[in-house]
Formats: sequence, C-alpha cells, structure tokens
Amino acid sequence: MLRVTDVSVSLGGRRVLDRVSFSIRPGEFCGLIGSNGAGKTTLLRVILGLIAPSGGRIEVAGGTRSRRNPQIGYVPQKIALDSDMPLRARDLVGLGLDGNRFGFSLPSATRRIAVDEILEAVGATEFAEARIGNLSGGEQQRVMIAQALISRPKLLLLDEPLANLDIRSAAEVVELLARIAAEQGIAILLSAHDMNPLLPVMDRVVYLADGRAASGTTEQVVRTDTLSRLYGHHVEVIHVQGRVLVVSGAEHQAHHGHDPSPREP
Amino acid sequence: MFASFMMNAWEAATIVAIVAGVVGFFTVLRGAAFAAHALPNGAFAGAAGAFLIGANTIVGLGVFSLAGAGMIAGLGRRARSDVATALTIVLMLALGDLFLSRTSEYAPEIFALLFGEILGVSTSKLWPTIAIAAVCIVAVAVLYRPLMLSSVSPDVAEARGINPRVMDLAFLVVVALVTTMAVPVVGSLLIFSLLIGPAGAARSFTNRPPVAMGLSVVFALVTVWVAIAVSYETNLPIGFFVGAISAFAYTVGRTWTAWSGRRSRRGGDRATLADPADLADQGTAHAGAESG
Amino acid sequence: MLGAASWSPLFEPGFFSSEPVHVALAVGAIAAIVSGIVGVFTVIRGQSFAGHALSDIGTAGGSAAFLVGASTLYGFVAFNVVAAAVMELIGIRKPRGRDLATGIVLGASLGLAALFLYEGTISSSTTGATVNVLFGSIFTLPPGITTVIAVLGAASVALIAVLYRPLLLSSVSYELAAARGVPVRLVGAGYLLALALAVSMSAVTIGAILSTALLIGPAAIALRLAIRTGVAIFLAAAVGVFACWAGTLIAYDSTVWAGGNGWPVSFCIVAVIFVLYFASGVVARLRADRRRTTTGEQPAVTTPVEVG
Repeated sequence: MLRVTDVSVSLGGRRVLDRVSFSIRPGEFCGLIGSNGAGKTTLLRVILGLIAPSGGRIEVAGGTRSRRNPQIGYVPQKIALDSDMPLRARDLVGLGLDGNRFGFSLPSATRRIAVDEILEAVGATEFAEARIGNLSGGEQQRVMIAQALISRPKLLLLDEPLANLDIRSAAEVVELLARIAAEQGIAILLSAHDMNPLLPVMDRVVYLADGRAASGTTEQVVRTDTLSRLYGHHVEVIHVQGRVLVVSGAEHQAHHGHDPSPREP
Repeated sequence: MFASFMMNAWEAATIVAIVAGVVGFFTVLRGAAFAAHALPNGAFAGAAGAFLIGANTIVGLGVFSLAGAGMIAGLGRRARSDVATALTIVLMLALGDLFLSRTSEYAPEIFALLFGEILGVSTSKLWPTIAIAAVCIVAVAVLYRPLMLSSVSPDVAEARGINPRVMDLAFLVVVALVTTMAVPVVGSLLIFSLLIGPAGAARSFTNRPPVAMGLSVVFALVTVWVAIAVSYETNLPIGFFVGAISAFAYTVGRTWTAWSGRRSRRGGDRATLADPADLADQGTAHAGAESG
Repeated sequence: MLGAASWSPLFEPGFFSSEPVHVALAVGAIAAIVSGIVGVFTVIRGQSFAGHALSDIGTAGGSAAFLVGASTLYGFVAFNVVAAAVMELIGIRKPRGRDLATGIVLGASLGLAALFLYEGTISSSTTGATVNVLFGSIFTLPPGITTVIAVLGAASVALIAVLYRPLLLSSVSYELAAARGVPVRLVGAGYLLALALAVSMSAVTIGAILSTALLIGPAAIALRLAIRTGVAIFLAAAVGVFACWAGTLIAYDSTVWAGGNGWPVSFCIVAVIFVLYFASGVVARLRADRRRTTTGEQPAVTTPVEVG
C-alpha cells in the first residue's frame, strides 16, 4: 500500500531524513516511533506530498504520490480548536468530505447519511451536534479520525494523535484504529514518541533516530542491538511488566554482569 | 539643527527611544503589536475628554490609557486578546468622537497629540517625561523574569506561581505609562512604530534576550535620531521617516533570518520545542505552499 | 405618515422622511452585512489587527488620492489591496509574528499618510480634509456612492462565498487543508483581499472606527452564541444591521435631548454593540454552566490559532 524507498530530506542545511525505507501492506498497523525532532512529522509530510524529498521515492497504492492523493487520509497534530470555532463535530467531518472544493456545500441527504455512518463507525454519534471546541481530547480525536476516513482512504496517516490524551482515551483511540484497519483493510501509519500504547496492535514499526530508520516487526526492531546500531551509541531496551523502555546507556562500555539481557516479547 | 531650541527635542526623543526600545522588546515578544497601537490611539480620546472638562490633557491621556490597559486585560480573560483589543480601541475612539462632538472649539493641541509636538517640548515638560520614563524602566527591570517566563510559556509560569493574567495586566499598564509619557512628545502614531519596529528588527539578529533588548534600544535611538535629522533638513514629517526606517530595519532583519537559515531561533518561539512543521516552513523552493 | 404619532417616543419626527437618514440606514446596513460576513472569518483566524489596520492603512491611500485629485475611495481601495498583498507575501503564520508584520505595514502606511497629509495641507491648506479622511461621517456621504460600495461589498461577499469551504478548512488546520490539496496560500490571499475590500467600503462610508466595530463586534457576539458557521455568519450580519439602525436612531433622537448637534452616530452604534456583547457573554456563560452540569466532561485544552 505504501512503499518508501531511500527517502532523504534536507531542510535548512540539516539532514532531517536519511535514506529511509519501509513499506506497509493493506490492513497493517505501523507505528512511526521516534523522539521529538527525529523527523516523524517531516516523513509524514513527504508521504503527503507537502515536501519534496531530496532523494528517494514514495509509492502509494502502486502509484507515485501526487499533491492531493485521495487515497490518503490525514489526521494532523494540532488543529485550531478553541471555543470560537463555529463547527459541530458533524460539520468538521463534512469538511473531510469536500472541504477542499470551492464554494459551500448544499445540504443533501447523501451527504448527511455518509457523515452519520462514519460518525457511527468511530463512536462519535452522541456528540455529533456539539461544538468541537467543547469536546474532550479523546472525542476530538475521534472526530478528526472520522474526518479522515470519510473519503474512504486506503492509507491513514496520524501525526502524534495520542500526545495529549489520557491513558484511557489513548487506548480507546488505538483500539478504534486497529479495528478500522482490520475491518476495512486500511493501512495505518501512526507517529508517536512512546510506543507502549501501540504494542498490542502494531504489526510493524518504523523507528526513527536522527533521520535514520529501522523498520520491521516489533521483535526485529525493538532490540538493544538494532537500536544501538541505529542511534550510533549504546541504548538498552528494557522490558518491564509488559512495557518497553529504551534507555540511552552510559557511553559504550556498559556490559556489567548484572545488566538484564534483552528479552523478546 | 543643534540649536538650543532643538536640544529639548533631541533629549525628549532620546528618552522616548530608550523606553520604547526596552518596552518594545516585550511588546514584540508577547505579540502585543495591536495593543501597542490601540493604547496610544485610544488615549487620544482621553485627552479630548480632559479638554472637555477643562482638565489637564496629559492627565486625561494617562487615565484613558490606563483604563484601556485594564479593559484589554479584562475583556481578554474571556475573549481572545485581539478581539479584546479591537473592542477596546473601538470604544475609546468612539468616546473620543463623543467628547469632540460636545465642543465646537477646535483644539489644535488635541490633534497635535496624533502627530506629536516634538518641537514644542519645553524644559519644564521634560521632567515629567523623564520621571515616567524612569518608572517604566524600573518596572521592566523588576518584572523582567516573571514577564519573560509568562511571555514565553504561560503554563510553566503558572506552575511557578506567576499568574499570567496579572502579568498581562502589568505589561499593559507599562505600555499605558509609555503612552502617557511619549504621546505628547512624539505623538500616538509614532510611539507605535517605535515600540514594534526596532524590537522587531532586533530579534532577527540575536537569540539572547538582553542583547535583543540592547539592540532594540540602539535601533530605536538610531531611528529617532536619523528621523529628526532628516526631517529637520527636508521639512517633511518625522512620522514618515520613523515608519519608513522601521519597515526597512524589519525587512533587513527578516531577510537576514531567512538567509542565515534556522541557526538563530526567533526569541518568541524559544521555549517551545522546534515544531518540525516549522522546519519545513523554513525550507526553500519546493515547499511551495507553506514557506513562511 | 407611518403612524409616526404612535411611535413618537422612540422616533423623533422626521426620522423616516429624512433623506440623509435613508442613505445612512441603507449604507449602514450594507456595510454591516458585509462586515459581519467577513468579520466571522476574521475573528476565527485571529486577524482582528489586520482588519483594523486596513482601515488606517487605507487612509494613507485616501490621502494620496486626495493629493493627486483622484477619488479618495479608489485610493483607499488600491492601498488596501496592495497592503493585503504585502501582508500575504510576508506570509508569517504564527499569530504573534503575523501581527508584528501587520504592525510594521501599518506604521509605514501611517508614516506615508502623514507625508501625504502634509503635502496636501501645504498645497491646499484645508485642514477639514484631515478630519474627513480620518473619520468618515455617515450623514455626509456624496451622492452615487451607494452603487460603488454595493459593488465592493458584493465582490467581497462573493469572494468569501467562493472560498468558503477551503477557507474554513484551512482555518481549522492549515496542514490538513494543504494535505487535501487546498491551495492554502491562494485561499489566504483571497480572504485578505475580501477583507481589504470590505474594510475599504466600510471605512470610507461609515468611518474607520465603525469599520472595525462592525467587523469584529457582531462577529464576536455571533461566535459566542452560534454553533455552526452558517448561523454565525447570519447572526453577525443581523446583529450588525440592528446595531447600525438602532445606533442611527439613537443618534438622530439625541439631537433633541442631548442638545447641540447630538451624539455622534459612531458612538451610538458602538454603544449598542457593547451592550449586545455583554449580553451575549451572559447568555454564553449561562449556557456553559448548564452544559457543564449535564455532561461533566471537561473540554480539551485549547491550542493557539495558527492559520495560513
């Protein structure tokens, strides 16, 4: 569904992405993990066609991406949601359908039905009439996902959707996305700086550090040797009570006898 | 141009420039350009009102600019700040209209407040100007740290016990004081340019706040001195030169920033993590739609 | 005539028959409608400063036109359009930087205005013109102006209508709009053009003060009360027209009980707007209290507006 080959991006003299390669199949849930500034948003924007890479190729559904690819749904990181914005949840979802076309939408039954359906699919029906500024973080995220899904994309990109959510809302959003991926065969690429909420559902992971990427299944990527190679210095992957912790080890020589060896999940 | 009658003008302008440079640094940092325009313009109404009741116009200036500061802060608690400022300036100007309509006497001294009477500054008027200027600078010195913190990150400030809304009001009061001292000297149109132009340019050349403030003062002084000198020679209004020099300095600053890439981060965004989207914004030709 | 006798406590005699009043009501209504529509987007996008600045910037254009003997209105419009283009070209998205850029353009324009006015006064020494250019007056409009401003207003509204969806989308999220293929800079520029036209037509006819008042006030009121964009726009226009008419009426009546030449129209209209603003605040607060007690959910943290 999505194939990224050797993509490099330089911005302002800095190499933000360095020969990143990975691919995602339909229905797969892929986590794009990396700390702030690692290049996650840049990579998403390259896939969206908003930034031209200095090298490499992006193919979505077999074709190279164009500026506006209807196959891709996008949930950006920040949107203007203060209480002034006069939009109901269903209006925002409606914008997802035709917000890029000029003029204004005339009310139509088909439109309303499509909006209702998608609101139902994400579980947002009960607050469809509320102003988006009055919704909680988790509710807003559902509406944004609905907005991205209504045009029936094959690939869904989400930029740090879990960042400001409490644990319960984050889990609900992840579960919702996993269900959508499975039921509708949509490929999902979701960026986050903490992979733990995604561990139960991630099929593959793309781990970004300093613009370089390691991709594969969680078992393949989230290990001490792989990540240390990626970072260029020793990092320790620690599994504690089902959660993963990536710790930047003290400079290279840390192999004392008491260090727990990385264990596969 | 250095005849004795001009000396007062030079001194007054210098004092105004110094204060404008100092306060302007925070004005630009807090994105309060609108307030810096609204308060001097609205205070004009206070002078008209004072004239109406036969009071001292400067006092009218002061009362109205302080009231305006309070109103912007007050309305700003429930509305966004630019709406609050817009409503405030509209009300003040409307009141000014009302006051002016009550008297059929043409009051040149009120209209002089619009454009400034820098040549009319007598020595006796210089002392109150200096006094208020000193108060402003002391206030900024005292408030420096909490003001910096709340301007750059209101959430952190709140966690450290600083109330951002109080800081808001305090800052606006300082601008009101600057207004009161500067409007009789350089006029309301000019103090606005002096508050945002020099500081706006200064922030392009350095990351460090004290340096930015110093540069801001330097630019303000240069602006005012050049403007007076050229105005004296050409007989054209000072306001034109101040506006033009400010725009020029700002443009140079922006060009410098764009040309030297992201090496020097803008002062106002410093405490926020670099938004990768901004990195993309600074990218060049191919990022067609979002270069900024 | 119109049952004037029964209305007389409210409407002073001659109100409905006065020609200047007719023009004032018509022009005011047009300005209010256009300003209300454009104003809603202005407030949403946090560009109130630009909206206000354009009324002062246009003054420089008006003075320039006055200097060369051309129509002040066209000078006003031309300057505003150029200024809007400059603002868009500077193209800063963060609100603080954007307001700074607006301020610089405003400062430079005011400087130019000072220059033109100076040249104007030394060449023809009519200081009355200064006041006229700075503060328009709704009761002293030249004949035939209604057509021109109607055209300007219609152009502005038409532009908003065409840009409606992409403008709304990019106001919610610049990135999302860009990702969906919206030409965001073009749309932003189009909106600024609509703003320039709207402010030009209102500032020249009803004055700079009222131009900003009718742009921001009714929109702010409407956004407190309405949930949907369409409703907000309609409400803003309606509130604007009401404020205009009520203010005009009060101003007219005030010639009787206030003595002298009465209260200025601008003050009366602004006063009405403020009363309505505070009333809307009360209503909004009551609504919020009622909602909070029924749901108990806390709204999400608000994010700063960053628009293109």
